[in-house]
Amino acid sequence: MPRISPSDITPERVYLSRRNFITGMGALLVSSLVLSACGGQEPTPGAAPTTVSPSSTADTDELGQSLTSYEAITNYNNFYEFSFRKEGVARLAADFKTSPWEVEVAGLVHNPKTFDLQDLLAFPQEERVYRLRCVEAWSMVIPWVGFPLARLLKEAEPMTKAKYVRFETLYDPEQMPGQKSPVYPWPYVEGLRLDEAMHDLTILATGLYGRSLTPQNGAPVRLVVPWKYGFKSIKSIVRIELVEEMPVSLWMASAPHEYGFFANVNPEVDHPRWSQGTERLIGEGKRIRTMLFNGYGEQVAHLYEGLDLRKWY
Amino acid sequence: MVLRDWLRRSWPQALTHAAALLPLARLLWGYARGAFIVDPVREITTLTGRTALMLLVLTLACTPLHTLFGLKWVLRVRRALGLYAFLYAALHFLTFVGLDYGFQLDLLGPAIFDQLYVLPGFGAGLILLILALTSTRGWQKRLGRNWKRLHRLVYLAGILVIVHFLWLVKDIGEPLRYGAIVALLLLLRVPRLRDAVRNARRSTLAFIP
Repeated sequence: MPRISPSDITPERVYLSRRNFITGMGALLVSSLVLSACGGQEPTPGAAPTTVSPSSTADTDELGQSLTSYEAITNYNNFYEFSFRKEGVARLAADFKTSPWEVEVAGLVHNPKTFDLQDLLAFPQEERVYRLRCVEAWSMVIPWVGFPLARLLKEAEPMTKAKYVRFETLYDPEQMPGQKSPVYPWPYVEGLRLDEAMHDLTILATGLYGRSLTPQNGAPVRLVVPWKYGFKSIKSIVRIELVEEMPVSLWMASAPHEYGFFANVNPEVDHPRWSQGTERLIGEGKRIRTMLFNGYGEQVAHLYEGLDLRKWY
Repeated sequence: MVLRDWLRRSWPQALTHAAALLPLARLLWGYARGAFIVDPVREITTLTGRTALMLLVLTLACTPLHTLFGLKWVLRVRRALGLYAFLYAALHFLTFVGLDYGFQLDLLGPAIFDQLYVLPGFGAGLILLILALTSTRGWQKRLGRNWKRLHRLVYLAGILVIVHFLWLVKDIGEPLRYGAIVALLLLLRVPRLRDAVRNARRSTLAFIP
C-alpha cells in the first residue's frame, strides 16, 4: 500500500503558511498569558502579534480570485472617522489606541455582558477568505481572522422580542478627527436583522492575513458581512445592542434614498447615481461583473425570500 | 539670447505650457516609478479629471480678468488653456473607456447609460472637442460672428462638468467649491454686473493719487 505523506495532499507552501499562522496564534496566546501574569502591563491587542509576517492558508477565494495584497488592504481604506481620503487613513490612524478595549453587549438580552479583548480572543479564531465589495464599485479578497458573531450573541442570550442587532463604533473625536466633521451624525451605527447576524458567514474579525487588525482596518474588532456592501461591516465596535425595531444606520440617516438598511450586493439594483453592475478588483486592474449577494447567494438567498430587493435596497 | 528674448516677450505662454504640462509629467513620473500601487485607475481618472476642471476654470477666468482688471496678457494664453483642458478631458475619457473598462462594449453600455454622472461629463467633453477643433484662426475666419456664439458653449461645458462632479462623489464639498467659482465667473459676464464691478473698480482707483 502506498504511503501518503501530508505533502501529497496539501501543497507545501500552503501547509507551511498554515503552520506559520498557527505559530502566530500560539505566540499570541503565550504572550498574552505572560503579559497578564505580569499584571498591570497592557497586553498587545489583536489576533496575532504584528511581528508575524502576513500569511494566509489560501492564495485565492473559493472562486479562484487571488487574495488582495496585504499592502493594498492596509493602505486603501474607507474610514471617514479618520479621513475622507482612502490613502490618508493609514497614517492618521497609526496611533489609534486599541487597548484597553471593551465591547458592551446589551439591550434585549438575558445575559448582558461586557467583553474585553481577551474575552473576544478566547472565542476560537479561524480564517475566512471573503470577497469585500464596496458600494463605490471596487472590491478586494481578504483573508480575515475572527469568529462567528452568533457565538457571542448566543452567550448574551437574545430575548424572543429581539429582532435586530445594532452596532456602534467608538466615538472619540480626539482620536478620530473625522468625527469633528458636522456632515455626518456620529458615531457610526450599523444594523443587521437577527437572522443575518446569526448566519455563519457573519463574523467579528480581529485580524487579517494572520496578523492583528490594523487601526485602518477597524482594530481591534469589526464586523464582516461578506454578502453586503462594505459599509455594513462596521469597524472598531464598542457596543452591540439587541433591539426590537430596525436600527437607523449612519448612512440611512445621512442619505436615505441612496443607502438602505439591507445593502445586499446586487448588480440589478443600481445606486441612484452609479451602476452596481461591475466592480474593479483592486490590485488586479481589471473590471469584473458583480455577483448577486457578492457570490454568496447559495448560503444567504433564503434569508430574503419574498422580499422585494429593489424596495429593500 | 534668443531664448531670453522669447521668454521676455512670451512669458505668459511659457508659464502656461509649463504649468499645464506639469500634472501630466507628474502622472507619467509617478507611473514609471510605481507610485500608484493600490488603485492606479482611480488615481489616473481623478488626476486627469481634476486637472481638466482646473484648466477649464482658468480658461473661463481669462475674459473677466481682462474686462474687469485690464489684464491683457491673459487673452494671449486663453486658447492654450482651453486646449490643455481638452487634452486632459480626452485623457480622462480614454482612461474611463480604456483603462477602466478595457474597451469592453458589453460593460460600457450600462456604464454610460446607468450612471447618472457619465452623460454630463460626456456632453462637456463633446463641447470641448468641438471648440478645440474650431479653435484655429482659419475656423475663426470661416465662422465669423458665429464663432463667438459657438465658443460661448464653454460656459455650458463648465456647468456640465460641475454637475458631473457633484453626481459622482459621496462628499460634495469640493464640487460645490468649484461650482461657486464657475457661478461667479458666469455672473461676471452679465453686462449689468460686469459694468457695476468695472465702475466700482474705476472709482476706487480714482482716489489713488
